[in-house]
Parts: sequence; structure tokens; C-alpha cells
Amino acid sequence: MRPSRLISLGLGAALLGVLPLLSGFGQAPLRDAWAADELAVLRSLQLSELPAPPADASSRVENLPAAAALGRRFFHEARFSRDQTVSCATCHAPERQFQDGLPVSRGMAEGRRRAMPVVAAAHGPWKFWDGRKDSLWSQALGPLEDAAEHGSNRTRVAQLVREHHRRDYEAVFGALPDMSAWPADASPLGTPAERAAWAAMPASARAAASRVFANLGKAIAAYERTLRYGESRFDRYVQATLRRDTAGQHVMTPAEVNGLRAFIGSGQCVTCHNGPLLSDQHFHNTGVPQRDPLRPDVGRAAAVAAVAHDEFNCLGPHSDADKSRGCEELRFMVGDDDPTLKGAFKTPSLRNVALRPPYMHAGQLATLSQVVGHYARSPAATVGHSELAHAGKGHADRQPIRLSEAQARDLVAFLQALSGPVIDGESP
Amino acid sequence: MFTLVQRSFFSTLLLLAATACSAPPRDLNTSLERATQEGRYVVSMQPPAKAPAINQLHAWQVTVRTPDGQPVSRARIDVDGGMPQHGHGLPTRPRVTRELSDGTYLIEGMKFSMTGWWEIKLAVQSTQGADKVTFNTVVQNPAKGE
Repeated sequence: MRPSRLISLGLGAALLGVLPLLSGFGQAPLRDAWAADELAVLRSLQLSELPAPPADASSRVENLPAAAALGRRFFHEARFSRDQTVSCATCHAPERQFQDGLPVSRGMAEGRRRAMPVVAAAHGPWKFWDGRKDSLWSQALGPLEDAAEHGSNRTRVAQLVREHHRRDYEAVFGALPDMSAWPADASPLGTPAERAAWAAMPASARAAASRVFANLGKAIAAYERTLRYGESRFDRYVQATLRRDTAGQHVMTPAEVNGLRAFIGSGQCVTCHNGPLLSDQHFHNTGVPQRDPLRPDVGRAAAVAAVAHDEFNCLGPHSDADKSRGCEELRFMVGDDDPTLKGAFKTPSLRNVALRPPYMHAGQLATLSQVVGHYARSPAATVGHSELAHAGKGHADRQPIRLSEAQARDLVAFLQALSGPVIDGESP
Repeated sequence: MFTLVQRSFFSTLLLLAATACSAPPRDLNTSLERATQEGRYVVSMQPPAKAPAINQLHAWQVTVRTPDGQPVSRARIDVDGGMPQHGHGLPTRPRVTRELSDGTYLIEGMKFSMTGWWEIKLAVQSTQGADKVTFNTVVQNPAKGE
């Protein structure tokens, strides 16, 4: 080989080595190109950007492994329900994305709303679709005394804790109170007979029963805090895009990528479905059809007073928070005099959304195509006012959602890329 | 590498996408010191030293002065706001919890639930009369680790 040939070969090899470096600064040879501001949005949606769940000062056992282990058993404890067949896991089934696949849940009777996925629920300040609870532990107590769910009451549940879980309960929370004089069934929220029995109990016994009940919720909350989402194809796509790895971009199909462009672009989904959980954790009226127009559901508007007066809220006697400085979410909560809360429901996370139909707060829409179709039409609300703009008569600054048929189809495809594992941190 | 035509096509597409993301208006006044609508007060806002994370509760300070620079004490200040491009208000109801020093007040309960253009509207009332002022702030994602 002539020396000049060798030199040119060497030059060529050197150039080949330099080229990928150069392309990092110039026009990238990526399959899918993204502008800088779009990349900033994609980065913000990655699961790796999710911080640890915010501390809940209202429960001092929230990070205690023994409380989480006990909470996991409570979560699966069917004996707490009136007929001993319903546990939290009945409607929040681990093998069904901690939901039940039904439009509205069924415990002792049919409820009014869809079961919520409890995974990563520790990240938002408000629980349930309407935010009528302000902590995971307070949320866990609601269904136990709801006639349509567990249908139980707090003296019964406390006695079942003593009977079946005494050692583990006392290891976390200390000695159980003397329950020998308590009625079998008593609650301030139950049947007329249960309410009368509750009223007849001495105040100290009522406080003690409520304390056991609250602690049971705190154990369940410690367990639920361990439930989190794992990475999806979308997360791997963003990682590949950020490190300029064109081969890595193939983890999403071109149709899914088009759907992602619509998601953060003209579809405006990212307006509310933002951050690593794809939820702003707040309440919006988007004109979702009522499940039962004869019994309209006003959502958040009816929940503000409920959470403000809940004895198990952050400011209540069973909260461990510093009530003069803490509980800011509750103290600075938007009041029900705000008309935008009428018919507003919480933005759900879109993590694993394709794995958990049906959709909306009462399962009104069976498929993701119907959901995307709803937003493409942006119909007026039948209760309150939709904050979505309508063509020609929107808000001064808000643009109507624009989605072509192809974009709507690709958006549905993109939502499949958000599926990943559910990680149960308490799994035995 | 793209041809010139392809490049301009791409940049048009990207521009459209950026517009659809509801970028704040280019001429948005984000000054943190402003005169009230009727000129009764000059109000200055002090955000927290460290940019809060999305959905993190935090506090601002606000100082109210007369146009000739005298601090205005014992004013009543109501806080409102929202995202004009999205048609929703603030996710919390912030309020002045105390006067820290002459004419400087603490606003607690502030929260931004997403990136973008937010308005903070203050209604000021004191012995000098009632007046209003609106501030604009553009919330960005704090870099990881900040």
C-alpha cells in the first residue's frame, strides 16, 4: 500500500470518528428531530425527574417499614367489611393496576365513581377524584365506613384489629385501648343505630376508637407510599433522544412519536397532564359527560367543605402535623366560592393509562379513542363550565384543541408507550 | 443532513409546535416592580431566592410604597391570579399572612402547578385608597438537582 493511500485512509477514519461529535453540535442525524423547547418539555415528563413523594407531616409512621408491612395486610383484609368479602384490594386489585376495570366500583353496593389507581398517589395533595381527603391515611378511612364500599364502622374495625392484628399494631402504634365496654357497631357516619350507639359512648371512648381507626389508615398509607411506577418505553425514548441516540429512538414507532408531538403540541394534553406523572394534581372541568344526568356530580365543588370539616384532615386531632405552620395545602385551599370548581375533577396520571380502561371519573368512556375524541370535540359542560376553548368562542388567550383524525389516532398510539411495571415496594 | 428546503420546512413545523405549546407572548412585561393601575402605589414583588419546584408551596414578599417612596403599612392585599392561556386560576388561594416590616408583607400559599405564563394579581387597599396591579411571571422547570 502506498503511503499516501494510508494517510488518506487514516484521515478518513479520523473524520469518521469526528463526525458523530460534529453532528452533536450541528444538525443531528436523529430519526426524530425536536426543538430545544420541546426537548425541555420531554425532559420534564421523564419518570427519572420524579422526586420522592412529598413528606406528609400528618403521619409520623409514613416511612416506617413495620407500618408499611402492616398496611399491606390491612389492604388485603376482607374481614373489615360488613360481610367479610370486600377489602381495599377488591376495587384496587394489584393484578389490575390497583383498579377493578369497572366504570364504577362495587363493594357492598354500586358506587358513583371509578376506583382510582393508588400507585404514586402519595405525590398529589388531594385524594379521590374530587379531593375530599387531604392525605393517603385519611383517604383510606373513607371506604371503610362508606355503606357502598366496606360498609363497616369504626368500633367494629378497631375490635377486628385487636382480634387479628394486635401484636403488629402495638409494635407500631403502642398499646390498644380497652374496648370491653364499646358497642360492637358504632360510628358517627353509619346507620341510625350505629350513630345512636356512637353518641352514647363516652367522649374518651369515641376518641380512642377514632385513634385506632386513624392509625389503621396510617398503616395503609405507609404501604401505599411504596407503590410506584417503573419506566415505560416513552421514558427510554426520551433518554435516547436526549443522548442523541438515533437507534434508541426506535423504541417508539413513528406513529407514537407523531402522537407525542400532538400530546405536547396542538392537542394541548400536556397543559394538565404535565410532569413525570403526567398530572398537575389539580381539578379541571373539561366537559366530560355526566354518568347520570339526573344526578349530576359537581365534583370538587362539593368536596371543599367536606375536606375542610373532616375530623381526619391535617388540622384535625388525629394528625401528627404542626398545625400552626404545616397543613399549608388545607390552609391555602381554593374555596368553593370559586365557580371553576363546579364539575371539576382531578387530573389522573397517564402512567399505564392504556392498561386501565374504562376512563374518566365514572368510567363514562370505554376506550382511549373515545377519550381523545372527547378532547378533539371539546363539548360544553352540562354542569359548570368547561375550561377548554371552543372554536370561535374560547377564552381570550386559550386556543382550541386542534387534532386531525390522523393525529387523534397517533395520540392513542402514543398513550400505549406510557405503560410500564408497577413496583410494590412492600412485596414480600 | 437536510436540504435547505427540508430545513425550512422543519423549522416551520417546529415553530408551529412551539406556538401550540402556548409559549408566553414575546412582549410580556415580567417586571417585578410596577405602579398600580391608578398610580396610587408602587408595588414590588420578591420571589423566593431559590426557584420553587412545580407544585411546591412557597412564599413571596411584597412591598407597597406610595409613588414618592413612603412604605404603606397596614394595607389589605388580596391575591389572585392564574394562567390566561389556559383559562384556569391559581391552584391555591394564597394570602398575606403578616406584615414583616414597614410596608413589606408575606404572601404564603403560592403554588404553580405547571410551567408557563402565570399572572399574579394584587388588590391593595389602605388609607390611600384601593388600587390593583398585575404581575407576570414565567415558570420554568428547575434543572434537576436544583
